[in-house]
Amino acid sequence: MEPLLVYPEPVPPELAQALDIGGWAWKAAADVDAARRDEPADGWVGAIVMATAVSDLDTATRFCRAIRNGDVNVESVLLLVNGGQLMELDPREDLFDDFCVHPFHPVEFETRLKHVFRRSGGNDDIDLIEYGPLAMNLETYQAVIEGKPLDLTYMEYELLKFLAAHPGKVFTRETLLNRVWGYDYYGGARTVDVHVRRLRAKLGEEHANLIQTIRSVGYSFGRSRWM
Amino acid sequence: MEREQEYVLRTVEERGVRLIRLWFTDVVGKLKSVAITPAELDTAFSEGVQFDGTAIDGFSRVHESDVLARPDATSFELLPWAKEDEPSARMFCDIQNLDETPFAGDPRQVLRRNLAEARTHGYSFFAAPEVEFFYFASGDPSLGKPVPLDRASYFDLTTADVSSDLRKRTIHMLEAMGIPIEYSFHEDSPSQHEIDLRYTEALDVADNLMTLRLVVKKIALERDCYATFMPKPLNGVQGSGMHTHLSLFKDGENAFHDGDDPYGWSLTARRFTAGILHHAREITAVTNQLVNSYKRIAETSEAPPYVAWARNNRSALVRVPVRKKGKPESARIEYRAPDPACNPYLAFSLLLAAGMRGIAEGYELPPETKLNLFDLTDEQRREMGIEPLPRSLDEALDVMEGSELARVTLGDHIFEWFLRNKRTEWAEYQAQVTPFELERYLPST
Repeated sequence: MEPLLVYPEPVPPELAQALDIGGWAWKAAADVDAARRDEPADGWVGAIVMATAVSDLDTATRFCRAIRNGDVNVESVLLLVNGGQLMELDPREDLFDDFCVHPFHPVEFETRLKHVFRRSGGNDDIDLIEYGPLAMNLETYQAVIEGKPLDLTYMEYELLKFLAAHPGKVFTRETLLNRVWGYDYYGGARTVDVHVRRLRAKLGEEHANLIQTIRSVGYSFGRSRWM
Repeated sequence: MEREQEYVLRTVEERGVRLIRLWFTDVVGKLKSVAITPAELDTAFSEGVQFDGTAIDGFSRVHESDVLARPDATSFELLPWAKEDEPSARMFCDIQNLDETPFAGDPRQVLRRNLAEARTHGYSFFAAPEVEFFYFASGDPSLGKPVPLDRASYFDLTTADVSSDLRKRTIHMLEAMGIPIEYSFHEDSPSQHEIDLRYTEALDVADNLMTLRLVVKKIALERDCYATFMPKPLNGVQGSGMHTHLSLFKDGENAFHDGDDPYGWSLTARRFTAGILHHAREITAVTNQLVNSYKRIAETSEAPPYVAWARNNRSALVRVPVRKKGKPESARIEYRAPDPACNPYLAFSLLLAAGMRGIAEGYELPPETKLNLFDLTDEQRREMGIEPLPRSLDEALDVMEGSELARVTLGDHIFEWFLRNKRTEWAEYQAQVTPFELERYLPST
């Protein structure tokens, strides 16, 4: 199993313990340079970034930003914050995939780890995203709607994958741009509109409303399972 | 291997694609295609596909004629018209020399270079063309004057409008290929139609326009008729233009918008517009590249031949559409000269370069023209400092030849080849005795 990247170093003992008990392989890095130096050939499958005190949220999010900028190649990010930092997360939500409040309950922490890093969690099943009539096979890059294959370009596929992986969650255009296209893309937020429009056309009239426009905010896909 | 390429390889395998068409565009804007099999795809990505460019307009050189087509994996698209049991797909290509440097004769690379140049100043360039075309019973000139499919007019919706079915099928196919359409409707002239492409980044728009021209013609042929983007196919009725909406974005915001300006129009927009007006005459040979293009420009309604701008005056070359309140992202200008027979990669490159020059040099925007310019005499227009666009391809080429902007933007190779090729076209036209001359002069002279 590929190790998870853990920041900062030294790793707080309760975090190290929880990871070891859960059987997760991990490697700590003190800074971006260290994370880059130890990066596996295919990039890190995931990172756990911990903000240990109020004053450290900035440091932690700086580390997250380096990941999102592509300075370190990491698939998903779990951010650990304390209760007092929760209010400050809102404007930074594009920097992490999920977060967990610490001190954490070990069961919750384990569940979140599995959720965020399920691909690395020893789960060898084919990766599938299914939502209503839509199914996406992440292994073969194929998407079907009611069993009929969708002819997608690469970016359309990536956008649909991202949206469908987070049903019910509203994303701003900027967030989608950063998460799907990456920071080095210059097309601007309009690019997102264009691709959403294309996706809807390809989903067909009947399913076009899987992607909803949230007025003056952005887009969301389907409905949350919790609603 | 990059993920985009992996995506393409995997999709080709999963979907049983038999043939991959590699598309590129020659200097005069014709779509060209090289087909490869899935077995060759891996190598096409890693090394490119080598072919002899001598037969392609603008690609030929004296020495060493082989070039490389490098497929752009992000443009991979299954072709909706392929037979179900024989899926095929296309990718647009960039053309390189054998040493993998960009090939100077490739229009797509010219646009890429100019977009990259604008990006160094933080700008991305968006365009939205309104593409007009005609449906005729045939495309064979030996049958005499082309015959329109219907006699409906602007926005008409009647059973007589047989070609609206063609247009509907076309739109359907374009949408299936992920090419978003803004509007489509019947234009003024008999059997004339318009399809508006949605706003997007200029390279995408140019690719989409190449696809659109192919799809429109293809669907017409399926129904045994003919679609043409010729700028002025019929006497006495309006020709086909390609009014193009332009804007710049910076940091995700529309750089043409300024909330503090009474018209919501930024200084950047003014300078960009000034640049376009200043260089309009120099770029006309490219935005209107056929002998026939100038017969459309000579009309007196939708193709304004005067270098001026206005907010709500369709006789001006540049129109600044009045916007709905609260839509800052739709700030734009409309350039009304181009026609749909142009090479979009080169036309967009020049429009961008002219506008960017206006920004870089801080050009002053001349005052708005509120009068209907068609009602004025040449002398009155001259007094107002309003110049006409070139009146013929010949004149347009003369102006272009002296343009440093056109040379730098297109690069020496295309600049010189274009002038040479179009001079020949003009000379061949000049050598013709036209029906007009015979009718006019033979009986009386």
